[in-house]
Amino acid sequence: MNYFNVFLIGGAICVVGQILIDKTTLTSARILVIFVTAGVILSALGLYKPLVDFAGAGATVPLTGFGHSLAQGAIEAAKSSGVLGAFTGGTKAAAGGIAAAIFFGYLNAVLFNPKTKK
Amino acid sequence: MNSNIGQKEKQKEYQKYVQQKMPKSHIVTNCAKAFVGGGLICMLGQAISDFATNYYQLAKPDAASFTAIVLVFLGATLTGLGVYDDLGKFFGAGTIVPITGFANSIVSPAMEFKREGYVLGIGAKLFIIAGPVLVYGISSSILVGLISYMFVR
Amino acid sequence: MAFNRIGFSTLKYLNMPNITSGAAIVGPVEGKGPLGKYFDIVLDDDLWGEKSWEKAESKMFETAVKLTLEKANKKATDVQMLVGGDLLNQIISANFAARTLQIPFLGLFGACSTMAESLLVGSMIVDGGYADDVVCATCSHFSTAERQFRFPLELGSQKSPTAQRTVTGAGATLLSKTGNGPKIKYGTVGTVIDLGIKDAGNMGAAMAPAAVHTITAHLRDLNRTPDEYDLIVTGDLGALGSDIVRDLIKEQGITLGSNYTDCGCEIFSKEQDTHCGGSGCGCSASVLNTFILKRMREGVLKKVLFVATGALLSPTSSQQGESIPGVAHALTIECD
Repeated sequence: MNYFNVFLIGGAICVVGQILIDKTTLTSARILVIFVTAGVILSALGLYKPLVDFAGAGATVPLTGFGHSLAQGAIEAAKSSGVLGAFTGGTKAAAGGIAAAIFFGYLNAVLFNPKTKK
Repeated sequence: MNSNIGQKEKQKEYQKYVQQKMPKSHIVTNCAKAFVGGGLICMLGQAISDFATNYYQLAKPDAASFTAIVLVFLGATLTGLGVYDDLGKFFGAGTIVPITGFANSIVSPAMEFKREGYVLGIGAKLFIIAGPVLVYGISSSILVGLISYMFVR
Repeated sequence: MAFNRIGFSTLKYLNMPNITSGAAIVGPVEGKGPLGKYFDIVLDDDLWGEKSWEKAESKMFETAVKLTLEKANKKATDVQMLVGGDLLNQIISANFAARTLQIPFLGLFGACSTMAESLLVGSMIVDGGYADDVVCATCSHFSTAERQFRFPLELGSQKSPTAQRTVTGAGATLLSKTGNGPKIKYGTVGTVIDLGIKDAGNMGAAMAPAAVHTITAHLRDLNRTPDEYDLIVTGDLGALGSDIVRDLIKEQGITLGSNYTDCGCEIFSKEQDTHCGGSGCGCSASVLNTFILKRMREGVLKKVLFVATGALLSPTSSQQGESIPGVAHALTIECD
């Protein structure tokens, strides 16, 4: 994978997020929701796959990529195992990230305490 | 009734005045920082993914999971160590939008509410930001799966 | 018609309650600010050896009250009433401190206007002869306010340029029937004003119209002009809010000169990167009870109009998209 493309697309997707932060009063929670949902929709319309082919992690690491893997998982599983697949496919494809987030999230919260900002 | 309309007008006028009086974000600098921060995190992700495919000979979906897990680990740990919020202050969306930011949004409320206990503190607050992301992400993926099952076959 | 009332909303304290002493405790960031050297205690660590920031905040309230009494050589049993509040839900910091202090207690909530509100009520109590000595106190804490009103501390989010930093601080004032300190002569009770600002990251703009309303009402009721005061000081409007006050009050034909300032602008320096400045009950409380009182005792300031402003929002109301009502209460503190 061409690392320049990774940097370019990854950076560009984050710039969209930054514009939302500066131009609206959206909180980061809403921005994350918008990005994951946008990823699902773009992926379903077949618009996200070319970006992944072009930029690899530049398109999969931002949260839109998380939406993309959810959508692709659901679509592929629906093809092979029907309605059941539509339900299990997305979560299966994204299971690694979700499980890691819960596990490491819990671990870190138990181990560390927040610090006051200076 | 008349004073109600007057009040609405007055409010509108005031809000317009505040809008133009307000100090503005330095949007160009902020975007540049977000671009660099986000780009670097994605490059790190690519390096992890390349390492997984070349060194561990992982297939593509497994390499993607591997990358996600490692990045989530990094994001969560940097949050625990109290570094991620400083990165976030500087890079803005550059550190919010990547999956490391998702990890940050899980660890930070869980840590914050530890005093409220391990079940209703950490356990419940883990999801105050990540919960909606999963709700909308997973639900929309199911819809997409169902639609593709019905129409695209 | 009440005999000790003037005009629309101003109270005249006939017996002029005396400010016997005042004390303030602040956190480390406030200690590094321009007023750092005036505060009685500057904490190195805002957890102050407690298990939670909420406990630390309550301890600050309690200690500020004790310090104020100490300065006047009094014990908790010598005062008949404690009046005050804070920012947290059900004002737990003040309530929990009152549990330890065991002084008969009236809890108030006026958001960041609580210091002025407490002094208004405290003065009424002393003036009306219901007590000889009353302590008024408030507090706020950056870390407790952040989690209640905003985001977890470790969340990597950016603050908007209009945001203000909640002051970690507690201030207490001892009001007495007699004494030779500065006197509280008039108080103006604020009206709740809402011009439809919804952004909880822009409290200065939400509260400014209330401050303008109270200041103009006060001046009109007493037929005074701003330059009769050595200092007109608002609570925590910050840089943007205090600018708006200057603008809006000009429309009423009143010009505020260099004798007008805001505690939120004074407590932090520009280099401290607090965006529009300080906020919180502790902001005006700590500045009034140390810096301003000291200046009055030195004779540098003789006539002060203290206007504390409060944004009356709750996490629930802001999540439900309600606009932010503001209130401002004013007091004149004068030396004979």
